[in-house]
Amino acid sequence: MATRYMDAELVGKRMSSRVRKNTGWKGLFFASTLFGLVVLAVLLVRIFTQGIEYINIDFLMNHLSTDASRAGIMGAILGTAWLMVVVIPVTMVIGVGTAIYLELYAKKGKLQSFIATNISNLAGVPSIVYGLLGLTLFVRTLEFGNVILAGGLTLSLLVLPIVIVAAQEALRAVPGNLSEASYGMGATKWQTVRRIILPAALPGILTGAILALSRAIGETAPLTVLGIPALLIPFPEGIFDTFTALPMQIYYWTIDASLVAEYANLAAATIIVLLVLLFLLNSIAILIRNKFQQRY
Amino acid sequence: MAANNKNRMSVSEMIEQQKQKRKIFNQLERMIPSLLLMIASISVLTTVGIIYTLFAESVAFFRNVPILDFFTGTVLKPLSQNPEFGVLPLLNGTIISTVIAMLVAGPIGMMSAIYLSEYAPDNVRRVLKPLLEILAGVPTIVYGFFAFTFVTPLLRMVFPSIEATNILSPGIIMGVMIIPMIASLSEDAMSSVPNSMREGALALGSTKLETTFKVVIPAALSGIVASFVLGISRAIGETMIVAIASGSSKNFSFDITGSMQTMTAYIVEVAGGEAAAGTTIYYSLYAVALTLFVFTLIMNLLAKYISRKFREEY
Repeated sequence: MATRYMDAELVGKRMSSRVRKNTGWKGLFFASTLFGLVVLAVLLVRIFTQGIEYINIDFLMNHLSTDASRAGIMGAILGTAWLMVVVIPVTMVIGVGTAIYLELYAKKGKLQSFIATNISNLAGVPSIVYGLLGLTLFVRTLEFGNVILAGGLTLSLLVLPIVIVAAQEALRAVPGNLSEASYGMGATKWQTVRRIILPAALPGILTGAILALSRAIGETAPLTVLGIPALLIPFPEGIFDTFTALPMQIYYWTIDASLVAEYANLAAATIIVLLVLLFLLNSIAILIRNKFQQRY
Repeated sequence: MAANNKNRMSVSEMIEQQKQKRKIFNQLERMIPSLLLMIASISVLTTVGIIYTLFAESVAFFRNVPILDFFTGTVLKPLSQNPEFGVLPLLNGTIISTVIAMLVAGPIGMMSAIYLSEYAPDNVRRVLKPLLEILAGVPTIVYGFFAFTFVTPLLRMVFPSIEATNILSPGIIMGVMIIPMIASLSEDAMSSVPNSMREGALALGSTKLETTFKVVIPAALSGIVASFVLGISRAIGETMIVAIASGSSKNFSFDITGSMQTMTAYIVEVAGGEAAAGTTIYYSLYAVALTLFVFTLIMNLLAKYISRKFREEY
């Protein structure tokens, strides 16, 4: 027996220390994974306990007010809704159009890889820089002023890379034999794209678009640069009205909390509204993905 | 008979009509590619727009403030009678907050990635990973609120002298925000290391820990480093957390319990103050944003270079 030549005790000792080390580190790795989740849980619990009692019909429906007990966020809710009205069509048309071009029409070559590189670089540009672009281009040069259209277009440019990449992946996932069958029936390229490829890719595209939308409505930095007023303004009624939005309202109430302590609670309540909205959007995205995603 | 004739077309007419239809259709078909190219070029125009606005307005700024003074000045007093525009206090704030964020996100993100990729059973990973991704989906304004109203008071128990606005608490929370990014990118890199390599190490008698540190991590290093660089880029560009929780002190200091301003927070403060167009302080926005843009661009390109250049192919 070969084990006769080994010092079983020594080997056992060394082995067990290595195994113990393995177990110890495993615990540390697990604890690290939980760390992020614990912070998330603390954040949610803290914000909900702080803000939940401030949420009632009056708070949701009232105008903004400097009096904390009468202040409401209807203006901010409408502002966010109007932003979505601008962001959805703009990002869908430009995002899906760009994706179709890159995936289905562009010849593999310099132009295509230039546009693709450009998009991936745009995705890494800080959102505040988009704010300055929006300020210069939409607010000042095109003279929209700090209205919903300017804010919506700025946010659209910001999330465009997300939509484009999601749409590209969705288009790529459509199997080639579907379009080949369509060509075989005598369909032209555009007919194939419009009637076969796009419908098949639609769930994936919608999922990506909704995720991009939820990124857009939670985004604050670009709006702070556009000069969104913190004052009492009438409810927006169209895309050429000035506005405030949920994240902006949270921002103003948070930085003013040192003046009026109750503003912090109002900010927490507004955060709850924003988080519920984001939660709904993400649920819809997951629902669409699970329900309509076809496996070929 | 006459009414019937009216509706009935001769065959040649029908062919003619069909041709006409085809013609319009073919024209549309031919127009589609150029139409799509026009749409696709909007993203290129966005880049051009960003670079053009930043450069054009920065040039106007550097006409008033010498470029050397801007990049070497340690005093930033945009609103004083004799304004001084040194960017170093802002760079200092940005670098310190980024370092704090990476001290949190680097180790924790990395260890989470190791757990998810090497240790976690499949069903645990399927639950933990999406939960971790939620952290990345929380709007940054929410993190800012949390850092300002919860983390800073919490830190006061440890550092009684901490200011109401300080760089430490937003730095930590920024780190928490970046954890899922580093965790998921590093996990992708580690998961793509082929199993045969792990099996080889395990067969030689390595424990899982030894396999991870001596085989998997070296093989996935390019992806892991790239994820760290992207995390840094994200931290540099992060705005709302620091804008809310770190205040607006423009002192050139290294006291992490005190207020410091980052480049991003400066842009929020000055733009929010509605600086009149054409003033030096208005142009300073663009000079700072240009610096920020160049920094993040370099980081993003670096990450891409690292992951492409040093990728180990198996």
